[in-house]
Amino acid sequence: MEDIKKLIQRVGYPRLIIGGFLLILCIFAAVLSIPMPALISDILTRFGMNGILVLAMVPAIQAGVGLNFALPLGIVCGLVGALVSIEFELAGFAGLIVSILIAIPLATIVGYFYGLMLNRIKGQEMTVGNYVGFSAVSGMCIFWLLAPFKSPELIWAVGGSGLRVTVSLESSIGYVLDNFLTFNIAGIQIPTGLLLFFALCCLVVWIFGRTKSGVIMRAAGANEKFATATGINVNKQRVIGVILSTVLGAIGIIVYSQSFGFLQLYNAPLYSAMPAVAAVLIGGASINKVKISHVIVGTFLFQALLVVSLPVLNVLAEGNMSEVIRTIVQNGIIIYALTRKTGGEVA
Amino acid sequence: MTTEYLLQIKNIVKDYSGNRVLKGVNINIKPGEIHGLVGENGAGKSTLMNILFGMPVIHNTGGYEGDIIIDGKVANPKTPREAMDLGIGMVHQEFMLIPGFTVTENIKLNREITKSNVISRVLGPKLETLDFKSMRKDSREALDKLGMDLDEREIVEGLPVGFMQFIEIAREIDKDNLKLLVFDEPTAVLAESEADTFLKVVKKLSDLGIAILFISHRLDEIIEVTDNITVLRDGEVVSYLKTKEANVNQIAELMVGRKLDNVNTIKKAREIENKDDYILELKNVSVDMPGERVKGLNLKVRRGEILGIGGLGGQGKIGIANGIMGLYKTTGEIIKDGKKLPLNQPKEVLDAGIAFVTEDRRGVGLLLENSIEENIAISALQIKDRFIKKLAGMNIMAKKEIREYALKMIEELDIRCTGPRQLTGQLSGGNQQKVCIARALTLEPDIIMVSEPTRGIDVGAKKIVLDLLKKLNEELGMTVIITSSELAELRSISDRIAIIFEGKLEGILEPDASDVDFGLMMAGEYGKGEVS
Amino acid sequence: MDNNVKTQEVKNKNEFFEKYIFPYAVPIVFLVLCGIGFYYSGLHYTFVLNEVIGRLARNSFLVISLIIPVIAGLGLNFGIVLGAMAGQIALFFVTDYAVKGIAGLLLAFVISTPLAIIFGYLTGQVLNKSKGREMITSMILGFFANGIYQLVFLVMAGTIIPFKNKDLLLSTGVGLKNSMDLAGVRYALDDLWKIRPFTGIAVPISTLIVVGILCVALTWFLKTKLGQEMRTVGQDMHVAGVAGIDVDKTRTIAVIISTVLAAWGQIIFLQNIGTLNTYGSHEQVGLFAVASLLIGGASIKKATYGQALIGTFLFHMLFIISPMAGQNLMGDSQIGEFFRVFVAYGVIGLALLLHAWQDKNKK
Repeated sequence: MEDIKKLIQRVGYPRLIIGGFLLILCIFAAVLSIPMPALISDILTRFGMNGILVLAMVPAIQAGVGLNFALPLGIVCGLVGALVSIEFELAGFAGLIVSILIAIPLATIVGYFYGLMLNRIKGQEMTVGNYVGFSAVSGMCIFWLLAPFKSPELIWAVGGSGLRVTVSLESSIGYVLDNFLTFNIAGIQIPTGLLLFFALCCLVVWIFGRTKSGVIMRAAGANEKFATATGINVNKQRVIGVILSTVLGAIGIIVYSQSFGFLQLYNAPLYSAMPAVAAVLIGGASINKVKISHVIVGTFLFQALLVVSLPVLNVLAEGNMSEVIRTIVQNGIIIYALTRKTGGEVA
Repeated sequence: MTTEYLLQIKNIVKDYSGNRVLKGVNINIKPGEIHGLVGENGAGKSTLMNILFGMPVIHNTGGYEGDIIIDGKVANPKTPREAMDLGIGMVHQEFMLIPGFTVTENIKLNREITKSNVISRVLGPKLETLDFKSMRKDSREALDKLGMDLDEREIVEGLPVGFMQFIEIAREIDKDNLKLLVFDEPTAVLAESEADTFLKVVKKLSDLGIAILFISHRLDEIIEVTDNITVLRDGEVVSYLKTKEANVNQIAELMVGRKLDNVNTIKKAREIENKDDYILELKNVSVDMPGERVKGLNLKVRRGEILGIGGLGGQGKIGIANGIMGLYKTTGEIIKDGKKLPLNQPKEVLDAGIAFVTEDRRGVGLLLENSIEENIAISALQIKDRFIKKLAGMNIMAKKEIREYALKMIEELDIRCTGPRQLTGQLSGGNQQKVCIARALTLEPDIIMVSEPTRGIDVGAKKIVLDLLKKLNEELGMTVIITSSELAELRSISDRIAIIFEGKLEGILEPDASDVDFGLMMAGEYGKGEVS
Repeated sequence: MDNNVKTQEVKNKNEFFEKYIFPYAVPIVFLVLCGIGFYYSGLHYTFVLNEVIGRLARNSFLVISLIIPVIAGLGLNFGIVLGAMAGQIALFFVTDYAVKGIAGLLLAFVISTPLAIIFGYLTGQVLNKSKGREMITSMILGFFANGIYQLVFLVMAGTIIPFKNKDLLLSTGVGLKNSMDLAGVRYALDDLWKIRPFTGIAVPISTLIVVGILCVALTWFLKTKLGQEMRTVGQDMHVAGVAGIDVDKTRTIAVIISTVLAAWGQIIFLQNIGTLNTYGSHEQVGLFAVASLLIGGASIKKATYGQALIGTFLFHMLFIISPMAGQNLMGDSQIGEFFRVFVAYGVIGLALLLHAWQDKNKK
């Protein structure tokens, strides 16, 4: 009995509930004879495409800034990077690499200033960050409308000014990573390149955590007073964390979009932080503690839940029930994290 | 049973998890009497006050033995509310005022006078309207009683500190049933002129028949204002005096004097070879550490000595080491080995070979959710680039090296743990302290500053920690600056003891100086005594 | 010497700004913005005025429902979304039972109240567990509640929850339709007493009177014992606790009041709109109400009904004129539309930023 209790403690109630729910859905899927290989392919792809956005939470939490609700800041940088590469008619890996290379310095600058701002409002990072993210997305709507892009891929063919609401990536960077070294096994399509790239990003973040800079950043995030007494410039470390998070957000959306096949502009990124935040929390992170494994487990559980629930619930109920389930799970887990006492002072 | 006493504290005994902090305390106070309560930090004053007020902290830790008797009836308040209903009031050290409210609103805080209206008759008394006119009238009366010329409609924010204190007092005397008023260090925050007015007000209150329990470190004040004095030491009443027959020296000695046990034997003065070789000099140093402000301190530290820094709580002794480290805003000059140290830059200070073991072990001293080995290694990693290996141009943490070093330290300092991977948050206080010291030693400093090294540690671990500091000093020649509230501890280990009073150096004593001298210095009466 | 004089001058200037300009800075900026926008929109003033009055009448109640949590120190209660849901649920049933006119409206108020009390109580419990980050929690709670709401009315309506009027349900008989015609209660309050002082302008006096009564009630409430306790808790939870006030309970009551008012506010809003977007009408309620309040010059710690009214006026003025102004200035009406959304988010972001900043400087 004690052992079971311990196991539950270790796994945590949120993961148990969501894992259990997922299991039930899988059983239903089997009963309803929904083709499994397609589902698994789908899960793998969505796992890979969302993973980096979730990974972006890690440096922010480690640096003590809490959950990065201002992820849209990084996302719009990534979108700009992708747009520029398309404007120059780049495609394939060249397009992808150029997109990322343009996005990184942009995200670094944005992250730097955002980090400076957060240093002045310690303790309120999440609340403020959330609305900074919203403001950035809605402000960028005006930019998309006025931006001087010329490529016919990007702008409306007839009528309407500014960039299209969704930009097809078919002829540029669409599925570049997904199709790289992809293979089919027992009807399951493995997006090898995508998964490898996600793994690479995880590895980079993991190695960073082992370097002097990483160790010091985590110390600054774990206990500000301790870090100060150890001669660490806490504010600088927080800025580093925010920059890393923003850069990962930028890369994340590029990877996401190439897999999705479209760039979504205007209001699409408005709530984009929420699924990422939810996934890392489902994985077992808290407002002030996170591991790479939380990212991997969380992204997998959350995306698997969404993928499996879609066909199952559509058979069982009317309307877009999968979306409803997503809303409930996603926001439920965030509230759960926000109401934990161990959350510390970060808000 | 009738009695002439308003308040009788009878045989109060209180344990905090096996640690007896009050050992049968008896105090009697008559109506209109001003009763002084003095004692060092840790003598049990605050615990006694918490019992008197029925604070939850007392009842959450197993209650107490003995009785609080009011007007001859056993009262034993279980909540602050009950204490208030019994007529006990308290003026807190921190003001319980709402800055955005008017004086009247603050005086009547949660005791507002209300009038019923149509809606309140239906929905309950919470919706009764406030009767500002009567509230103002009551406040005016209370302020007048204190002789306060202050508009009761004024907003509290921006008023001088002295006024705020009077508003607190006005709130207490506005309570109709007030019989006993407790002042906890009331003059600590006041300017001198304000303090004078305040003492007059206290006398006035006693003329109104209110008994007053007056807690203060300022012995001259105690002598000036009280009728009787109780001296508390180590949870016991060591003396009960009539103020008329008491003097400052006597109280000082009673406060400090202590039976020495085998842990705390007074250190023999030791010959230092070069008395004018100062490793560290502080010139006019001020530190803005809340509650422990240093205000223009001059102090010189000899190379190779163990310097103790003592003084009562709140006088600024804790602020000194924190200021040297640059953890709170510091001004003045700090000179190490003839070179000026940059202020407010902890990294530079660490680079200069000064290490610090903080008094706030859990808050500042440790990463509680990290392992012992990480805690030990991190300072050296940050400051000295130790435990780092190059790998493809990156500075990677050398885990193996850290593990070996941590194991060595665990053995040397006898840190009781399950291994170097154990989280420091799970260790006992004494072992946490050893981890803190291990981290400081990893920096290989010339000077190690240790604040309150034995706070919250059991007796056995205390001795180990103190012996360790002695060993560092004797074998490695490290200069040790030890700050402690426990005078006996300082006397057992230090070569010299600096006593801090009101943010300044009151004087330096040899460990074998007399109790009277220590007592007077701690009460800030040493210099005064010489003059008069 | 020279320097001293200068710093003195700067100080005087600062004081002037702090006293007379700063508190009104936000509304002044928006007033100017509205002025410019109005000029370039080329719209007729009677049209704008008529629109603004109508919107002021239907939105103010919701905006004012935010004030009490601000005073009780909970910040901006994005959780009024739950109140709006309670209002909508009440309207479902009024529509289902075809209770029409003012009777239907009053019945909706009555039905929504206990629902809103329950929702408010739950919100209060959650917010008491997340002290210091109430705003983000209340916002996420709004999203979460939206999920539950959809679940309930997509799956349970027509099955567990019976509906008489099958027209309200989707063709399968399960789940509510996406939009609901509120013909029964449309203008039930507005038309009670409406005057047309000039051609092209209609003033729903009855609705404005209801808003007026709310303002008076609010002022009165803040002078009661409970109101005073809320102010105390809002200023300093610790001192309030020491003074014997039950902090958590007081905060919960504040949230309940806010939620109930929001429910009524949403009913007033929808009787003017006339159709109910089953799964969307409530979504933006929190955002727009909060933005309105802040544009009126309120902060996270201080809000009055005057600020709520001014803010609602300015925000909706901007709403009306910005598409046309954008069209005429930039040749694109979309710019104006994006701009006003940006303003809504931006003003909230900025207010939160300034508040956090000031808070930190104080420490």
